[in-house]
Parts: sequence; C-alpha cells; structure tokens
Amino acid sequence: MKRIIVHEEYCIGCRLCEIYCLTQHSQSRKIIKAFKEETPRPLARLVVEEAGPLSFAMPCRHCEDAPCVEACLTGAMQRDERTGAVLCNEKRCVGCWTCIMVCPFGAILRNVTGRKVASKCDLCYGEEVPVCVAHCPNEALTYEE
Amino acid sequence: MRYVIIGNSAAAVGAIEAIRQYDPENPITVVADEPWHVYSRPLISYLLGGMIDESQMAYRPRDFYARHRVETMLGVQVVRVNPAEQTLTLAGGGTVSYDRLLIATGGRPFVPSVPGVSLKGVFTFIRWEDVRGLEQAIERYGARTALVVGGGLIGLKTAEALIARSLRVTIVELADRILSTTFDRTASKLAETLLRRAGVEIRLGLTVSEIIGREGRVDHAVLQDGERVECDLVVLAIGVRPNVDLIPPDSGIQINRGILVDQHMQTTVPNVYAAGDCAEAYDMLLGVNRPIAIWPNAYRQGYIAGCNMAGVLREYAGGFPMNSVEVHGVPTISVGITDPPDRDSYEVLERYDRERPIYKRLVLRDNRLVGVICIGDVDRAGIYTGLIRDRVDVTPFKDHLLTGKFGLISLPREYRKHLVVGEGIEV
Repeated sequence: MKRIIVHEEYCIGCRLCEIYCLTQHSQSRKIIKAFKEETPRPLARLVVEEAGPLSFAMPCRHCEDAPCVEACLTGAMQRDERTGAVLCNEKRCVGCWTCIMVCPFGAILRNVTGRKVASKCDLCYGEEVPVCVAHCPNEALTYEE
Repeated sequence: MRYVIIGNSAAAVGAIEAIRQYDPENPITVVADEPWHVYSRPLISYLLGGMIDESQMAYRPRDFYARHRVETMLGVQVVRVNPAEQTLTLAGGGTVSYDRLLIATGGRPFVPSVPGVSLKGVFTFIRWEDVRGLEQAIERYGARTALVVGGGLIGLKTAEALIARSLRVTIVELADRILSTTFDRTASKLAETLLRRAGVEIRLGLTVSEIIGREGRVDHAVLQDGERVECDLVVLAIGVRPNVDLIPPDSGIQINRGILVDQHMQTTVPNVYAAGDCAEAYDMLLGVNRPIAIWPNAYRQGYIAGCNMAGVLREYAGGFPMNSVEVHGVPTISVGITDPPDRDSYEVLERYDRERPIYKRLVLRDNRLVGVICIGDVDRAGIYTGLIRDRVDVTPFKDHLLTGKFGLISLPREYRKHLVVGEGIEV
C-alpha cells in the first residue's frame, strides 16, 4: 500500500501540512471557515515536532502489525481491507485511549471537542494524495508504495 | 484439520483472524458458554453506566463469523478437555473433536468466603450478564446504594458506572490505597481524591466481614472494623483468576497460576494452545511467565497462537501490564513496573503539578524504561511504551523524558529510523 513517508532533512517546519490537514477534516473544508468560524475548532490529524532547526510531521504510519488495532478495546480501530489504511470508526470509539498508550509514534490524538474519540490520520480517505503531502512545499512528505 | 477454540473474546478473535490470514480452508469451531455474538468485555462498565447501548457492544461486525467461516457453538459449556483423545466433553455429554485446540477461557472472578455472598444483590462484574443483573437490581428493586469490594481497576470501573446511575457508592479496599497493583502511592492518592470528588466513599485497609440480608436480599454490610455500610447491592471486585476448571489434572497440560505456554503459545501438550487471561505467558519485564489479564495481551497472544496453529511459526515476544482508564474524567495510563519493590536497582523520575493535576512517573532499570504512569496528560504516552518494549537505553535523552516537548524528536535519529525499519519508511 501507499504510505506517507517523512523526510525530516527537508522539513522546514512551515506547518502547512497541519493547516491543510485540519481544513480537510473540518465541516466546511474551507481554511477561513475552519479556523475562524467552526467551533470547536477542528483538529489536525498529525503532529508536527520541532526543536531548533530540526522538524518533521508525524502522521500515523499505518503499521503492518498495528499495535492500536490489536489493543483497541471496542474494535473501533480497524484496517480498511480495500486500502490497507488503519482507520478509527469514531462511532464505535469510546475514548478509552488504549490506542494512545500503545502507539510508539505518538500518532493518535485525543479529540475531546465533542464525544471523546481517538483521532488519527485517515490518509485523507477518498483523496488520491493526502493533503499534507500535496501541500508540502519541500517534499518533506511524500506518498509512495 | 479442524481448529477448535474454547472461548469467544479477544484471544479467540485474534486466533481466528490469524488462522484465516494463513488458512482459508480448514474448519474453525468456536465453543463458548456465553450466548452472545463476540462482544467487548471492557465495555460492560460503559453499558452499565449508560454511556453506550447494547448495539455498541459488538467487538466485531455481525458478519464476523460468516466472513471468517467460523462455526459457532455459543451457550455451550465445555466441561473437560481430553488431550489423549483430542476431544472436548460438553455439558450434557456431547463431544467435539479437534486437531488443533486453543483454550481461551479467560478469567473467573474470585469470590471470597464471606457470610452473605450468596444473597440476592451480590454480584461480580466481568460479563455482560452481570450488567443485566445489576440493571435489574437498580431498576426493578430500586437499589440506591452500593458497596464495591475491591479498589482495583474492575472496582473502579464498577464504581464509576454506578455513580453514573446515581447510586451512592462505597469502595472498600484491603490495601492502604486503591489501584495498588497498577499505580504508585502518589497516583493512588490522586485517584482517591478524584473519586471522592465524584462522591465515592473510600474505606482502606479493610474488607467486608459480613453481608447482611433481609428476605434473601442484601440489606447492608459490615466491615472488619465494625462499620455498618448501607447498601442495596454488593459488587465483589477483588480479583480474577485464570479459568482452568475444564482441564483435568492428568491431562498433561501444566497449570501453575494459569496454563503454562511456551513462546508459540503452545501448552505442555502438543496441538493444544492457550491465550489470554487463562494463560501464563512470558512477562518480558519480570522475565517470568505469569498471567497478565489485559485485553491487548489477550488479542496478541491469540493472534500468535493462531499463526502457530495454522503452521506459521511466530513467537510471542512477551507482554507487560498496561491499562488506560479515566478516573472521574481524568485520563490515566499505567504501563509496566510502576512501583518498584527496591529503590536500589531502579531509578524513578517524577513530575507532579498538583494544580492541574498532572502527574508523570517514569521507572528505569539499567537506564532502560520499565514503567510509566501518566495522569491528566496521556498524550503520546505510547512513545514511552515503545521505549519499554524495545528496551532502549535512554541515557542520551534521559533529561528530556519528562519535559513538555518530549517526543520522537527527542530520540536519537538512529532509533527513529529503527522504529520504522521493515516498512520502507524513512523518518
């Protein structure tokens, strides 16, 4: 399957990935509305880490042997059979945070803006290329087999 | 070639999914004493508390058995495993034969020999039917007060669910603090404060000495110090032991505290495997085999057993305890050895912000992380769990472990790369 590949040496810490990710996962999918009008403000599904000149984005790796899928108490976290992506069915998630406890990448986030649910990269389900990759200005994120 | 699985919970599902990954053909039969479609056991407290409804209990979709071509015998109790004949004896006398067997019978709640435990209104709390019993006690018999015996995780979850149903709850715990097996003292005291804030009464260093009934139903209880606790129902939550009653002593299947298994999850008898709460598998932090009754380990062990049953050799690397649970809305995570017995061989790093409250405690042995507690801030706690599992020497970044900005970026570049080796992903 295609995965998002992170090249930390090219990342300039601009956080455009975060902005486009948040927008993609908003109600309106419009930047201005997502940031200025939607309350609570939608969440980006990836983490950008930064320390001095070093930075990188860390979306879910969609692991082969995904610890979050194995550990999920409810069965909400499952691999999509068609695409291979690891997806959280938010309707079945109860926000127990077991997935957060086992993800070695720290790539799963708590969404407590409404009903508590685990929130993570869904590879922009339905899009040909995830928006973080599409908008990265320096190819620090690429989408490859 | 016929696979038979006794049990229908996390370990069973792990085994089914593993077997079908490698063997699409040969028949799989699941025999379980509970009548339900596979459900998420940890959700019983959510169901009792009214946070979810019964339709949300399913652990896998309705077509799970059909899609995995599993024959189910649900509501059927296995009374004996007969390895010499490779058969199971069912209640009522029927038999089922197997070529490869997985015993995934889970745990049984421990019931203390206290006067009054057989009264109506006394419950344990590990199965769906326990929810129905408790609901009936609340709805039909109007229970308004409850005594929870045991301040471990099951006791805590029970108390929270009963509070959500507007009952007045008292927890009585024999140790001098609640959650004593998963938390250190500071974390336990913080959890007690949070629970008291939620309205729970806590009695420590005591247990119940007698449950007094009236007309066959619970009326009140008396604690060891003579205190009378008004309660319309009692929940016994003092522990779970491996459910191994169906294994006869002369079967050759060795049982210590649980069913002893090797790294392939095979018991001491060929073609018989065990996984989950009934098994005694390898604890990679203590270096011994012991039962660790948690959901993620059960799935993993079942999955490994399933691979080996299907003829694909895979080893269980070992597990360790880990629990994620909210206490009165505050998230908490505890992993591994959180309260080391001797301070000489362990190093402890702590950060405690009493105002918010946020508490973090890391336990190290030989500069390797072996235990973590996070209360109030659990974000990215899995990075710690990963460091425990991979036995990473944290010396180069020890000073960063408890800083607010700790993340993958704090780790040596080689370890970041190691994390993703095998998936062709460069970090």
